[in-house]
Amino acid sequence: MATGFVKRIVKLLGLLLIVGGVACKSEKPSDKSLKVTEDELAADSVISQSIQSVKQIFYSLPSPLETALILKRSGAVYNEDLLNPVENVAHYNTSKSMALNLGIYSTDLSYASLFDQTQATINLMNASKKMADGLGILNAIDNSVIQRLEENINNRDVIMETISETFLNTNSILEEDDRVAIGSIILVGGWLEGLYLATSLVSDEKKMDNELVDRIADQKFSLETVLSLLKQNSENADVMEIYSDMQKLSEIFYDVQISASRVEVVPASNNGATILRSKNVITVNPDVFNKLKTKVKELRTKYTA
Amino acid sequence: MKSFTTTILILGLLLLQPHSTQAQCKNFAKKICKLELAPYVHDGNYNAAILTEGEDAELFKTFYAGQEYRISICGSESLAKIEFLVMDVDRRVLYSNAKNNYATSWNFKVEATQQLIILVRVPSSGNSGSELASGCVAIMFGLKAE
Repeated sequence: MATGFVKRIVKLLGLLLIVGGVACKSEKPSDKSLKVTEDELAADSVISQSIQSVKQIFYSLPSPLETALILKRSGAVYNEDLLNPVENVAHYNTSKSMALNLGIYSTDLSYASLFDQTQATINLMNASKKMADGLGILNAIDNSVIQRLEENINNRDVIMETISETFLNTNSILEEDDRVAIGSIILVGGWLEGLYLATSLVSDEKKMDNELVDRIADQKFSLETVLSLLKQNSENADVMEIYSDMQKLSEIFYDVQISASRVEVVPASNNGATILRSKNVITVNPDVFNKLKTKVKELRTKYTA
Repeated sequence: MKSFTTTILILGLLLLQPHSTQAQCKNFAKKICKLELAPYVHDGNYNAAILTEGEDAELFKTFYAGQEYRISICGSESLAKIEFLVMDVDRRVLYSNAKNNYATSWNFKVEATQQLIILVRVPSSGNSGSELASGCVAIMFGLKAE
């Protein structure tokens, strides 16, 4: 009997070790020192105390809500034909396709909500819920979320807050379950959808001097973050396939020229926000833009097929 | 046999602790930190880590022209104070909360889109011999909606 008990204990220990192993969050090795020049060290005593390890590095992409806000601010119009049809949910059966399309639907629903397209927002939230459920992210989007949207169809603040909350739930549950690779695929799906909507909404491809084109060019910065984020999860084969796609996008973005001036800090006045003053000179050749638009469409078609 | 079982249970609890701590961190970020963003709308992203005194974390993010942001940093009660710096890509310090009475949030707007680095640090308490404090630190972003 004692032998049987010991065997059970050994099994229990094995199980605990597995669970414990899964629960351990991957973190950066602690030998990465800050790269700060001596001049900067002298200039800021706070920095001078910081020659120590960086425990963790986060790469943060614009969330679907942020993407939609930027699109609207840049003069984008609403075009329902650009959204990924909700009927497509039936096509997505793998973790990779569900994660990509959870990101895509999240951006679509944020975009629809900012243009007060309430029925589309509710339908897209339902589609997102199916993707989240399929990924086993239970309770990230529950029926009360859909109900809240339905009860507040004319209250954009509540709708935005609800979208933000569902995205936070999704991200935090995945982080807690140590499924950060899936989380990174969702974020990249959402980011690519923003780029797809933006490039599709540029009507005159010969006229490159408008704000929407500038924001598209700005994605050159975010693409660096996309690549770093995916690289952090390079042990995952799905992530690496997407990484390879993003590298192709990066080759096109290489020809988008952005020259940035030094940042000047303008302190806040009257409880307002501090201004970080600088200027970017953006050069996007129409041919490069068309190449980018074509590649983005190709990837988006591949991900939503 | 009893002490063997106790050892196994303690070991098990220790192994499960990181998962439980992550769950606490998630609830802390959602229930406490998020409130500090109001009236800005939380962007929905989750960036939180368990840090111990003397440790730091960095976040890389692109901020878009014309959009007003609020950065809010918050740490669990076990951590006395949290330092945060906002730096440009050349690691030039643009804002330090240590020079602003350890403010937990900062509102700003960029005139041109750029990548910034947010460095968050839990300073050492300097109490030699005492156990190092550890807790959840969350970095959250709020968006000003027109």
